[in-house]
Amino acid sequence: MLETVTALLIATIIAATPLLLAATGELVAEKSGVLNLGVEGMMLVGAVSGFIGVQVTGSGTLGIVAAALAGALMALVFAFLTLGLKANQVATGLALTLFGIGLSALMGKDFVGTPHDRLPQLAVPGLSDLPVIGPLLFGHDALVYLALALVAAVHWFLYHTRRGLVLRAVGENHDAAHAIGYPVLRIRLMATLFGGAMSGLGGAYLSLAYTPQWAENMTAGRGWIALALVVFATWKPGRVLVGAWLFGGVTLGQLYGQGLGIPVPSQFMAMLPYLATVLVLVAISRDRVRIRLNAPACIGKTFHPAA
Amino acid sequence: MWPRLVPRGEASPVMVWMTPVLAVALTLLAGTALFAALGYPPGRALHAYFVEPVSTFYGLGELAVKATPLTLTAVGLAIGFRANVWNIGAEGQLVMGAVLGGGLALAFWGEEGPWLMPAMLLAGILGGALWAAIPAFLRTRFNASEILVSLMMVYVATLFLNWLVHGPWRDPEGFNFPQSRMFGNDALMPVLFEGTRLHLGTPIAFAVVLGGWFLLARTFVGFQIKVLGLTPAAASYAGFDQRRLIWFCLLLSGGLAGLAGVIEAAGPVGQLTPAIPQGYGFTAIIVAFLGRLHPLGILLAALLIALTYIGGESAQITLQLPIAVTGVFQGMLLFFLLATDVLIRYRVRWGAPAGEAGRA
Repeated sequence: MLETVTALLIATIIAATPLLLAATGELVAEKSGVLNLGVEGMMLVGAVSGFIGVQVTGSGTLGIVAAALAGALMALVFAFLTLGLKANQVATGLALTLFGIGLSALMGKDFVGTPHDRLPQLAVPGLSDLPVIGPLLFGHDALVYLALALVAAVHWFLYHTRRGLVLRAVGENHDAAHAIGYPVLRIRLMATLFGGAMSGLGGAYLSLAYTPQWAENMTAGRGWIALALVVFATWKPGRVLVGAWLFGGVTLGQLYGQGLGIPVPSQFMAMLPYLATVLVLVAISRDRVRIRLNAPACIGKTFHPAA
Repeated sequence: MWPRLVPRGEASPVMVWMTPVLAVALTLLAGTALFAALGYPPGRALHAYFVEPVSTFYGLGELAVKATPLTLTAVGLAIGFRANVWNIGAEGQLVMGAVLGGGLALAFWGEEGPWLMPAMLLAGILGGALWAAIPAFLRTRFNASEILVSLMMVYVATLFLNWLVHGPWRDPEGFNFPQSRMFGNDALMPVLFEGTRLHLGTPIAFAVVLGGWFLLARTFVGFQIKVLGLTPAAASYAGFDQRRLIWFCLLLSGGLAGLAGVIEAAGPVGQLTPAIPQGYGFTAIIVAFLGRLHPLGILLAALLIALTYIGGESAQITLQLPIAVTGVFQGMLLFFLLATDVLIRYRVRWGAPAGEAGRA
């Protein structure tokens, strides 16, 4: 029994990691006032780039770096269009996702079905052998720890540094921030690029650790779930962590439902994460005041420097 | 020497229709570079992509067959986008239209009549509208983002179809393949011209284009939609019922996507299979923007995007070009359009501003 629970908890942490990475990145972008709906596309390009990186160089680290760079490059396209050319953020984000689906399929066409080794698990001598706590806390791969560290770092950055304060100010009122003399567009560019790199990492986790292979559209909507997670978390990094674990747990229904003898067709189990996302959105969004208090006031709005 | 953007006094009406042309030209240029980078002779690839597929009568028919679901879906989406209602789950609504309409065909398999096709079309509209009613209800009642809800419902609809054709609706004589029976003759869209697959859905799409144009240009609802999209504050001062408009836009776009779904199932496919969702619901978003959210523009845009689809298939056969190039093309087209749209509201000026006065 204890072993089953441990296994489920470990599986939850693993399933939550790609969501956690992508949602934390998107949270920073949204805090600066940029709504990038291209997360799914950036994750896919990150996933395929990370996979190719590992296949070509043989190094997991280089694969991860390649994925982050690829995600950031995709975000750069988005930033050029929305910040530079003042294009509509919703439409541009959708375009980024559609483009990312096609581009990742094109890049990965020679790599479909080639398996490779999972990212190595970092074992701590002694500690990893402890019962329950050992595998739960000390047996994961580097990206799991990186994701957790980045959530903490983002929280610290946003709420305990001056730059974080400026970033939030830009997201709340870009005209006031501009009037004080803060470079609104440059700050948004940085936040968008960070969001892209994190999405890339989230994608890489899928293709390097979760299911170590490349398949077209392998994100299966996780980019969109990450977007919903940011709303669920009411734009607070700590709550993204809670949300990601909840969703990670929900995805397990699909994997373990059959094994546990639940007599429901697998397709219905597979619907659970998507239905859970809808339910959670409803539960959070119904409180309009809370959303209005927490959402960055300038989210999705194009900044026109006062002419 | 950096280019600067100088706001125009008012939006340029010329640029509104010039930027799609410019975007197509830029996409062709970028496509040439892409083909060269992938190691295919660009001239031949472009020819295989954009000329060969439409150089036969059959090919022209295929163009219309592909453009039909895109047009139907995009007209509905565009009307919603005009009102800032972002239904991006048309793919799911399309699937549910196919499920409900196709379900009718399967329920009356072997006992068809001429009444069946109209009933299927209505069922398709109903299926799509019901699926879109979910985000509409959750948005108007609980303030939940219709973008995320409608999108999540795409995955649910696709899995539902998958379950149907793997389970209860699987063809009993189909060797366990996950697909339904072939529809009976009265449940198939009548073909209009011998030697092509052009079917009754295409004239229906034309009618929808005209209807959409009429709605936007000549009715009070259309006026309210445009006001709501351009200046939400004005719409609320004028007392327009925003909830009703959200419901209207979602039901309309869902219904049209559902119609596209049943026409796909009863037209080129002829049965229910897991391959009903071909991404048309997402591509229709590109079509809507490329057509300037205007029904007549959408018709032209749908033909162009349809060409990228059949061009992709043709290039795959003749040059072994990967089919994913189609998606890249479509994404680039939308990027270039969004990028060049800056010219509608801004002029490009080169060099430094002429003194402080120029900056003011």
